[in-house]
Amino acid sequence: MHELSIAMSIVDMAQEEAERRSVQVDAVHLELGALSGVVKEALLFSYEVACGGTILEGSRLVVKDIPIEVFCPGCKLSKTLKSMQWFYCPDCGAATSEILHGKELIITALELKQ
Amino acid sequence: MTSEPRLLEVRRNVLKQNDVLARALRDRFHAQGTSVISLVSSPGSGKTALLERTLTLLKKRYRVAALVGDLATENDAQRLARSGVPVKQITTGTICHLEAAMVERALEGWEVGELDLLFIENVGNMVCPASYDLGEDLRLVMLSVTEGEDKPLKYPTIFNSADVAIITKCDLAAAVEFDEVAALANIQAVRPDMPVFLVSAKSGVGMDDYLQFLVRGLHRNCSDVVNAINSPAQVH
Repeated sequence: MHELSIAMSIVDMAQEEAERRSVQVDAVHLELGALSGVVKEALLFSYEVACGGTILEGSRLVVKDIPIEVFCPGCKLSKTLKSMQWFYCPDCGAATSEILHGKELIITALELKQ
Repeated sequence: MTSEPRLLEVRRNVLKQNDVLARALRDRFHAQGTSVISLVSSPGSGKTALLERTLTLLKKRYRVAALVGDLATENDAQRLARSGVPVKQITTGTICHLEAAMVERALEGWEVGELDLLFIENVGNMVCPASYDLGEDLRLVMLSVTEGEDKPLKYPTIFNSADVAIITKCDLAAAVEFDEVAALANIQAVRPDMPVFLVSAKSGVGMDDYLQFLVRGLHRNCSDVVNAINSPAQVH
């Protein structure tokens, strides 16, 4: 389980941004790809632990799940996969290997205290 | 009535530090002409046995070395040292995977440019290593015949992060009624066109094709790459 060390990196980065901009953070928004190798539930739990004793204590982690999007060489279009156990185009059945989205682990925004 | 939340846009890749360092390592390995191959698998799938055999066979023609990651103990490094090539253990303590910074630290004091091939054996874990680029050229994911054919479906992310799949312990395939067709189909489902090698480090079966594949992509051009492995594994 590496979610705790990832949560600690998220807290470090968010804290740095908040201090630099002199803002108070209510939530950290994160994009999490299905292929990031990170388990959402474990990350949410770890985030609470990692926030303890920092200026982010009590803040929320808002996770946006990013599905796997591939380029289909058959349709010549980007397609969203329904399952990560089946890397074939849902429409034409072509094998797909070019991953466009799904590996994200990105802090996208800080939600500020009102 | 609630007001719209105030969002301050920031875009920061959480793993940036590791990604940047891995890229720097990769550039350095390329510039020095060293090919780097990492191995990932669950514990007990035969990484160390395969690597020991690989190092022993490759050292006849190439300058090879290995880094080996484990939570605790130096047992694997001691086993690999029997191959007679330079080996260094990376003990991660509580960390369940290797990161680029650990690789960089472990290489201190080594003249990497004097190596043709550097192997990195990750900690036995099918989950966490998927998130961390180590600067390798090729990532091998291993699956032993004793583990079950559906491992690729259970751990698609690690298979997706790898370039080649190696099915190990093939000498035991019949005894455990390993369904090779199902295993290959499952690998192709999660990673279409992934090259797969079936090997037994113990009997030597399949080692020749696998080794030839490894040396085919070497940065340092060897004159007779196709016949590079002059003596394939002896079957006993």
